[in-house]
Amino acid sequence: MTVAEFAEKYSMEVLSMPEPAREIKGGYMGDLLSWVMGRAKADQAWITIMSNQNIIAVASLVDVACIILAEDVRLEESIVENAKAKGVNVLATKEPAFEIACQLSKEI
Amino acid sequence: MSEALTFHFDVNGEDFTSAGQASVRFKKNKRELGVDPEIIRRASIAMYEGEINMVIHAHGGVADVEVDEDAIKIVLKDQGPGIPDIAKAMQEGYSTAPDNIRSLGFGAGMGLPNMKRYTDEMQIYSTVGVGTTVTMKINLN
Repeated sequence: MTVAEFAEKYSMEVLSMPEPAREIKGGYMGDLLSWVMGRAKADQAWITIMSNQNIIAVASLVDVACIILAEDVRLEESIVENAKAKGVNVLATKEPAFEIACQLSKEI
Repeated sequence: MSEALTFHFDVNGEDFTSAGQASVRFKKNKRELGVDPEIIRRASIAMYEGEINMVIHAHGGVADVEVDEDAIKIVLKDQGPGIPDIAKAMQEGYSTAPDNIRSLGFGAGMGLPNMKRYTDEMQIYSTVGVGTTVTMKINLN
């Protein structure tokens, strides 16, 4: 399933979607950035509650399909602009991380 | 590639949120060279972790990257406090990062272990009170 399809199906808010056609091929959940860089794989959806500027660099380097912000976490506008500039998809939802992981598991 | 390509980056130690820009730029450069994406990914993450370490512990430093036909070589050099016990610093989960760094999602004690995980060779040269140099090599074949 693509990031755009997943966002639409689960009514997620799209904060940044420069690459809507990217396929989601798994998921990783975590807030400690070095754990994410050590363990997450390319093309996974990364579920997190972390919201500082560094998540965009981490997402870009790990090459995840998208960031999914859980629990209604929001980003500052400058971070959203940075995500768009770096080609990083960012979705947001009120759902907790566990629920998002359950949604993902149905689609991959 | 008949001759080595080199890149030099200054890592700004004052602006934590800009950390990673060198690594992301480096990643973009490599993509343009047609290097395998998984190798780029490993090299970029290793470099980013090193960059973050220099920002957290050493007020920044410099990164030099050399790419030839066989390997990507990265040298990270700082004039920070040095690492008193390198074996300890290499243990997953061991960290001396301050709390404000942890609130940004770093300081989990995974930086140096990740650098080792994603590279084929890694050496740390450190003198307390003088600084640290980390060299990493990622083979292209």
